Amino acid sequence: MDISTSRAGPALVITINDSRVDAAVAIDFKESVRLAAEEPGTPVILDLSQVTFLDSSGLGAVVAVMKLLGAARPLELAGLTPPVAKVFRLTRMNSVFTIHPHPPGSLQAAG
Amino acid sequence: MLAKTVGPGAPQRDHGSHAEQGRSMLFRRQFTSTDTETRATLQAMMLSLDQAGIGAEDASNVELILAEALNNVAEHAYSDGAGPVDLLVSIQRNGLVCTISDRGRPMPSGVAPSPDLPTISPPDELPEGGFGWHIIRCLTSELVYARDQGRNLLSMRIPWSGFD
Repeated sequence: MDISTSRAGPALVITINDSRVDAAVAIDFKESVRLAAEEPGTPVILDLSQVTFLDSSGLGAVVAVMKLLGAARPLELAGLTPPVAKVFRLTRMNSVFTIHPHPPGSLQAAG
Repeated sequence: MLAKTVGPGAPQRDHGSHAEQGRSMLFRRQFTSTDTETRATLQAMMLSLDQAGIGAEDASNVELILAEALNNVAEHAYSDGAGPVDLLVSIQRNGLVCTISDRGRPMPSGVAPSPDLPTISPPDELPEGGFGWHIIRCLTSELVYARDQGRNLLSMRIPWSGFD
């Protein structure tokens, strides 16, 4: 899975550079994000602005990463595209995560 | 059959008779129930829906429920090993109709599940699964499951998302 990391103040930003988080990559996603999160920074903000498809397998992988990080390093989400936001809404998982409309450092976030 | 017949010279006034006669196939593919073939099938289907002028929201609803249903086929019907799947998507006046056929194990209870959402109560109860059927039920207006001659047949209607 193509992932990059950056810092935004105290936060660690993990950006997913692939367009799909589905059953085919759920295990790879979980492991790749876990490794990326070994870098310091809290909260951990998952930038999903390039992800246009996420199914319940992908959702489960995001939840699994949140649990792995634990309470000391809350996992927050940013840049949900409409199809991805819908999955969080339908499953009420939008109530579990802090969700930012735009990833830190984007033009929209700055404006 | 339709009671009303339209002669060759008659004006085409409504959405056309193809949809009502069920001859409006948009996409069909036979493939093997692996994650990668499922993904490739969905991507090819999305291209067909786009070329047919289906809107982004309707197309993404179809993609999501098909991903969930096809993941279920791979995980449950074919839990002993991948097998053949036949996917058909057709356009009708009141939505898109998707039919999935496989030769795997039948649904355990003989009917398609209709579960409640799993309990979500952080930090102790954070489910990582059990959402698939809930998502399917949320986005379909009609769902029929049948077992016929060793085949599972799942047919789902996804209503048009919005009429403004």
